[in-house]
Amino acid sequence: MSSFSFALAGIGLFVLGLHALIVHAHLLRKILAINIMGSGVSLVLVALARRGGDALPDAVPHAMVITGIVVAVSATALALVLMLKLAAETGSATLPDDSPE
Amino acid sequence: MLQAVIADSHWAIILILLPLAAAVLCFLYARAANIIGVMTLSALVLSVAALGWQIRETGVYHHAIGGWEAPLGIGLYADGLSLLMLTITAVAGLGISIYATSYFKQQDAARFWPLWLLLLASLNALYLSADIFNLYITLELVGLAAVALAALTGGRDALAGAMRYLLATLLGSLAYLLGVALLYHGFGSVDIAILATQAEPVPVLWVAFGLMGAGLALKMALVPLHFWLPATHASAAAPVSALLSALVIKGAFYILLRLWLEIFAPHSGGAETLLGLLGSAAVIWGSLQALRQTRLKLLIAYSTVAQLGYLFIAFPLSTMAGAAVWSAAGYLALSHALAKAAMFLAAGNLMRFGGHDRIADLDRVVQRLPLTAGAFALAGVSIIGLPPSGGFVGKWLLLEAALTQGRWELVVVIILGSLLAAAYVFKVLGRAFTQAPVCQKARAVPARMEWAALLLACGAILLGFLAPFILPLMDIGDPFSASGVQP
Repeated sequence: MSSFSFALAGIGLFVLGLHALIVHAHLLRKILAINIMGSGVSLVLVALARRGGDALPDAVPHAMVITGIVVAVSATALALVLMLKLAAETGSATLPDDSPE
Repeated sequence: MLQAVIADSHWAIILILLPLAAAVLCFLYARAANIIGVMTLSALVLSVAALGWQIRETGVYHHAIGGWEAPLGIGLYADGLSLLMLTITAVAGLGISIYATSYFKQQDAARFWPLWLLLLASLNALYLSADIFNLYITLELVGLAAVALAALTGGRDALAGAMRYLLATLLGSLAYLLGVALLYHGFGSVDIAILATQAEPVPVLWVAFGLMGAGLALKMALVPLHFWLPATHASAAAPVSALLSALVIKGAFYILLRLWLEIFAPHSGGAETLLGLLGSAAVIWGSLQALRQTRLKLLIAYSTVAQLGYLFIAFPLSTMAGAAVWSAAGYLALSHALAKAAMFLAAGNLMRFGGHDRIADLDRVVQRLPLTAGAFALAGVSIIGLPPSGGFVGKWLLLEAALTQGRWELVVVIILGSLLAAAYVFKVLGRAFTQAPVCQKARAVPARMEWAALLLACGAILLGFLAPFILPLMDIGDPFSASGVQP
């Protein structure tokens, strides 16, 4: 498979995650959706880092992906803590529908 | 001697490292957090002034960290636009910090200061970054620190607001990062200066701009992506609301403006018209929503949605008169930061005083809290854009550009936005004179909280007189030249 199809798969993951983020109400699913979108972006970066033929791949996007993983871990941790706090407060792990008047 | 020291020091690095170190110190020595925090903010104001003096004397500042030049290393860059944003952050931040020393109890202060100083370090790093990937990292850091601050008070509304904010900000960052990936693939660099010379009007550029623009618009709560802002900004603690509304939002705007000026403006293909339309919609719709609110903090939050719209009205005007319009937008951002911080702090005083923020029950606060009512009124003058305030200078320059270009629809929007702003400011002030049907018991408000709000509001008014000094400083390094007259 060419690197281009991997990049397309990455875009696919991004769109899939975006869809899940919008349609699912449960916060854990939303957090997972964000993670899947992040994986999609990483896949695009890694796929496009490949140079033609036997040349070594470009290392800069790889470094970006590693940095991106660090960011994703911290963001996910924060999101999970917030979700647990919210669930403890309201009794359900969904965003309350009513905006404050 | 002193001049040589100022000219040779790396103020940009100090601006990032100092708040970072102070955040750790505040975390370790929670008892001294208030003192460490205010001292850090004071030192930052001086450092920004020194950086300003430095780049005025020696031109734009450029530094490759660790000696690694772009494309590999991380570059720091400071010109007039960076200086403007750093000034906004340091000055408004100092006012809010002084307020926070009285607002938070010991336990909350121990959690507030490390997060706020981390936010400050990330914001400063954002304004000094020279490449789009580093901008992504700082944008994410700003977002995470801001979400944690929004959740600080706990409780159902604050937690739900913070969660909604976190999801919105993560989605915005990911869209931005995908844009970074495409730009890197298309033009082989993440350095803004290199991208500026390499960029060509090819589809990958437009897709990247679409993604980055949409992501940043979500973070800035541009209509119709503003769904998260009012609840989040209204449910946070007063100093946090002020930080979010005055400073955090501006970070995303800075990135959008920087990318636009350096990379996208020459190949925009009509995107500025769309941004102008959305900005106009934000001005009208946000103002109307603000007018409808019965709670003070929600009113101020919707006012933020409206005032941010003005920054987007600058995009369609900039194609004909670049530098002048961007100076106007910069001035609006500056005065909005001070005025909006003052408004949220005043609202915090009123909530402390009466225990609520229902506009209808303000109950003669003009007599009972004259300094706070004065702060709200003066901030309102700047938000409306009445002379001699900073808001007036910004809106006047914008209006002048719209008039000379014959953009009558934008003229109407600018004036209508001001009229609606006057309506919602006077709606609050009118209630401040009336007596509530039920007399309420009141809690004392510390004088420091009242004065902090009043001084920030006075700063917003004072900006109206400082325009001749501040406008030339913004032009250091010609940050606005790229979007000059297009053939």
